[in-house]
Amino acid sequence: MINYILRRLLYVLPVLVGVNILTFLLFFVVNTPDDMARMQLGDKHVSQAAVDNWKAQRGYDLPLLWNEEEEGFAQASKTIFFEKSVGLFVFDLGASDNGRDIIADISQRMWPSLAIAIPSLIFGVLANITFALLLIFYRGSYLEFGGLFICITLMSISGLFYIIAGQYFIGKLLVLTPISGYAPGMDAVKFIILPVLIGIVGGLGSGVRWYRTLFLEESAKDYVRTAKAKGLSDLQILFKHVLKNALIPILTGIVVILPLLFMGSLITESFFGIPGLGSYTIDAISSQDFAIVRSMVFLGSFLYIIGLLLTDISYTLVDPRVRLD
Amino acid sequence: MSTPIKHVVIVVFLLLSACSDSALNNPYSESEHTEKIIYTAFSERPKHLDPAKAYSSNEYAIIAQVYEPLFQYHYLKRPYQLEPLLAASMPTVSYFDYTGAQLPVDAADAHIAYSEYQLSIMPKVSFQPHPSFNVALHKELPLEWSGENVYDLPLTSRQLTSDDFIYQIKRLADPATQSPIAGLMGNYIVGFTEFSAKQTALKKQYPMLRKTQRLQSESMLGVKRIDDLNFSIRIKGKYPQFINWLAMPFFAPMPWEADEFYSNPNLQKKNISLDWFPVGTGPYYLQENNPNRRMVLAKNPNFHDEFYPTDGAADSREKGLLNDAGKKLPLTDKVMFSLEKESIPYWNKFLQGYYDSSGISSDSFDQAVSFSGAGDVGLTEDMLEREIDLQTAVTTSSYYLGFNMLDKVLGGYTEKAKKLRQAISIVVDYEEYISIFQNGRGVPAQSIIPPGIFGHVAGDKGINQAVYTVQNGVQRRSVEEAKALLAEAGYANGIDSSTAKPLVLYFDTMDSGPDSKARLNWLRKQFNKLNIQLVIRGTDYNRFQEKMRNGNAQMFMWGWNADYPDPENFLFLLYGKNAKAVHGGENAANYQNELFDALFETMSTMDNTPQREAIINQMIAITQDDAPWLWGFHPKAFSLHHAWYKNVNPNLMANNKTKYINIDPAQRHEYQAAWNKPVYWPLVVLLLVFICLLMPAYVIYRRIERSTAL
Repeated sequence: MINYILRRLLYVLPVLVGVNILTFLLFFVVNTPDDMARMQLGDKHVSQAAVDNWKAQRGYDLPLLWNEEEEGFAQASKTIFFEKSVGLFVFDLGASDNGRDIIADISQRMWPSLAIAIPSLIFGVLANITFALLLIFYRGSYLEFGGLFICITLMSISGLFYIIAGQYFIGKLLVLTPISGYAPGMDAVKFIILPVLIGIVGGLGSGVRWYRTLFLEESAKDYVRTAKAKGLSDLQILFKHVLKNALIPILTGIVVILPLLFMGSLITESFFGIPGLGSYTIDAISSQDFAIVRSMVFLGSFLYIIGLLLTDISYTLVDPRVRLD
Repeated sequence: MSTPIKHVVIVVFLLLSACSDSALNNPYSESEHTEKIIYTAFSERPKHLDPAKAYSSNEYAIIAQVYEPLFQYHYLKRPYQLEPLLAASMPTVSYFDYTGAQLPVDAADAHIAYSEYQLSIMPKVSFQPHPSFNVALHKELPLEWSGENVYDLPLTSRQLTSDDFIYQIKRLADPATQSPIAGLMGNYIVGFTEFSAKQTALKKQYPMLRKTQRLQSESMLGVKRIDDLNFSIRIKGKYPQFINWLAMPFFAPMPWEADEFYSNPNLQKKNISLDWFPVGTGPYYLQENNPNRRMVLAKNPNFHDEFYPTDGAADSREKGLLNDAGKKLPLTDKVMFSLEKESIPYWNKFLQGYYDSSGISSDSFDQAVSFSGAGDVGLTEDMLEREIDLQTAVTTSSYYLGFNMLDKVLGGYTEKAKKLRQAISIVVDYEEYISIFQNGRGVPAQSIIPPGIFGHVAGDKGINQAVYTVQNGVQRRSVEEAKALLAEAGYANGIDSSTAKPLVLYFDTMDSGPDSKARLNWLRKQFNKLNIQLVIRGTDYNRFQEKMRNGNAQMFMWGWNADYPDPENFLFLLYGKNAKAVHGGENAANYQNELFDALFETMSTMDNTPQREAIINQMIAITQDDAPWLWGFHPKAFSLHHAWYKNVNPNLMANNKTKYINIDPAQRHEYQAAWNKPVYWPLVVLLLVFICLLMPAYVIYRRIERSTAL
C-alpha cells in the first residue's frame, strides 16, 4: 500500500504543473498586468506611471512566459510564470497583490468555514442515510411515495430560497437565532445553527434520493434475502447489513470532499456573514488578484487529489477484499 | 402553549445557544447593551487603511475616524465650510513670482508662480497609544506576545509635530507607497516629482536601506519644517482648491515610528501592517481588525479636546442638532462594523434594532418608503410605528451618459453633430429613468454641477434650455422637437441622408448581464423614439476601460463623486487638457472647447465671487449647447435611523462624522427587547405534526414486521 501511496503522490506533480499552466493561461488571456494594476489602483487619477510602478513593485513588469532579453535559463526563469509558480510547489503562497499574506488569510478564514461545513456534512449525511433507509423500509407504502414526493419538492427548490426563507421564518418571524453574523469559540454555536439547519434541509432531497438508490441496489442482493430468511427484522437488515455493504459508494462521495471542506460555501457565507473562505477565490477573480487565484486553484487541485487518495485508502478499511498494489 | 412544552423548547434553544445568556437572536454580547456603541456594517472589506492609499468611501468610513488631517468640513454649517482640525488656524497663503519675490495678496494669477501655505498645528496633540512608539519594539518583539493583537504589546505615545505631516507628504511621493494622488500632487507640490525620482534611485542604489531612513534622508523642496508646530508647503501657481486636499486623509500626519514598527517581517507574515492597523490622532483607534468578520473602533484615550459645534445652519437647533452642543467628542465609546455582504439580512437586522441605521435597497424600498398623492416622500406605517427617521439628501455626484466627442458620428463640433446629440438629450427621459430604476431617488441633472456645489443654479434659471422648456412650467421638450433636430442633423426619421441607411449607434457598457436587461431595454426604447437603432456592446471591466482610454467607445455611462465642494472638481471633467484619450485625464467624453478651457483656467483659481459664478454660468451654457453629455441625474441618498441614533445630519463632504453621533443605549435595549420576543408555538406545531406522522409509520412498521418474508 505504501508503494501505491507514493506512486499516487508522484502523479500529483505533473497534474499540479498542468493545473498551474492552465490557470496562468486562462487568467492572463482575460487580464493583462496593466488591467490588474488599474483594477488595484482604482478609477481616479490613475496615470501610466502609477501602473508601471505597481507592476514593477510586484514583478508583473516581466514577460509572461519567455524573456527575450535574458540568456540561458534566465529566459524562462525571469518571467511572471516562473517567478509566481515556483513558490507554490513548496507551499509558499506568498502575498496577495494587495500585500496580504495568503497563508495567514487562509488560516484565519478556514475555521469559520469548517464550523459550518463539518456539522453540515456529518448531520447531513446522517439525516440522508436515515431517511433513505426508512424509505426503503417503508417501500411500497404511501409513506414512501409521500417521502419521495417531499424529496423531489426539496430538490426542486433553489438553495438560495432555503437561505432567504430560513432567515425570514426562523431569524425574523420566530426570532430564534441571529439572522447573520459570527463569533469565535463557543459563541459561534448560535450563529451556525441556522446555516447548518438550512444546509441539511437543502441537501435532504437529493441526498436521500441518492442514498436510496444505493440502498435499493444493495437490498436486492442475496444476502439480504438470506438474512430475512434467518429471521432478522427489516430494520436490523437495513441498518446493520445493507448500510455496511453500501459504504463504498458512500465513502466515494464523502471522503473526496473532506479536504476541501475548509474552502467553504460562497452563498451560505455571504448571506450569513460568516467570515470564511467561501468568497476568497471569487473575490480574488473579481479584483483580478492573480496571487490569490493561482494559490487557491493550486491548493484546491492538490487537496482534491489528496481526497481521491484518501478515498482509495478508505476502501481498504471498509472492504477487506480491496487491496492497493 | 402549555408551560411544560414551552419550558422544553426554551431549554433546547438555550442549550443550542451554547449556554449564552443573551437574547436568542442577539448577534452581540448581551453585556454590551449599556455601552454607547454604534452598530453598523460593511459589505466589502476595505482594500487599504493606509491614508496615503485609501480613496474609497468604505475605506474612509474607517480611517477618517482614526486619522485627522489639518482641516475638516464644519458638521452643521452650509454651504460647506472648512475649519481647522489639527491646524491651529486657517493657513496664510503667500504668492511668489518666478524670481522668488513675494507678491501682494491680490496679485494677478498670471504673475503667480508659486503659492506658499504657512501651516500651524495645534500644540499638545498626542497620537493614540500604540506599540510603535516604543522604539525598543522596532528591533525585537517580546517572545511572550501571542502575535495576534498589537495592543497586547506595551503601549505608549508621543506628541504630534510638524515632522509627522512632512513625513506623510514624503510617503505620498514615495513610489513604493503607490498613492493614487501621487501623480496629481506631482503637478502641484514643488519638488514632489523630484523627491519621488530620488527615492526610486535610492531604492535601486541601496536596496537594504530602510524605508524610514530613505524618506528621512532626503528633503522635499516645497515642504519646509519651520519648528515643531509650524511648516509650509509651496505649490506651483495658484491652486485655491489645494486646501481641500489638505482636508483629506491623504495629508493626515504619520509617525515615522509606525512605518518602522510595521516593517518587521514577522508582523507582515501575520498581515499586521500599516495598511491594516492605522496609527492616528483621531477620536477613535482601530481596536480590532478582522475584515472578514468585524472591525471595531474604540475611543482614543489620548484624543485632544474637540467639542460638538455650538452653531450651525439656521435650522440646526430646530432639528435637535445642537442638543449636544459643547460636549466633548466623540460622543460614543465604540463603533462596531460587522461584515454584512447581502442587503436582505442587513435590512432585517436593522428592523430588529441590531443596526442603528440603514440605507434602503430596491428590495425593501416599498416596505420603508411611501409617496403621498402630492409625490412627497414619507415613511410607511410600519416604519413610523418603530419611530424610524428618514433622512434624504441629494448627493454631490453626477451619473451621466457621455458621448465620445472624438467619434465620427456623434462627436465633433459641427452643427449637425450637435443637433444629433441635442435630439438624443431630449428623448432620453431621465425623469422616467429615476422613477423606474431609482425608486424616485434622484434629481434630473441640468448641468454638470450638482446641488450643494457653488455654481449650481436651482429653479427655472438653472434649467437646461436645450432639453427643457419653461414656458408652462418645466417640461421636457417634445419628441417632435427632437425629431426636427434630428432631421436638421441629416437623420430624418432615423435615416442617414448621406447613405440612406438607418442610423445605428453603439452604447458600451460593463453592465450587460441579466440584472441590467431592463435598464438596457429602456435605453433602447428611448432611442427608438427617434427611430435610432441602439446596439448594446457589453464588455468586461478591462476592455471597457481600454476602450475609454483609447477613445473607442461611442456612448457610455459614467459617474463622478465630488472630492471637494468646488465647481472646479466637476468642470474639470470637461476640460480639454484632461481629455482621456488624448491626455489620460478624467474627461471621458474627450470634450474640447477653447472658450470653455479658457474660462475654466480663469475660474479655477478664483474665490467664490459673483464674477466666478458668472463665468461658471457661461461655461454651463456652452456645455448645455454642445451637449457632450446627457447630464443624467444626481442621486438622492435615503437613509433610515432608529430613534436612539442622534445628531444625524447629511454632510456629503465630511468623512469623520461618526464622532458627532450620539446613542441612547437604554432606549435601544428597550426597543430591541420589544421587537425580538421569540415565538415558540410554530415549533410546537411542528412537533405535533411529527408525532402525527409517527403514528401511521408505527402502524406500517408493525404490519411489515408481522408480514412473512415471501
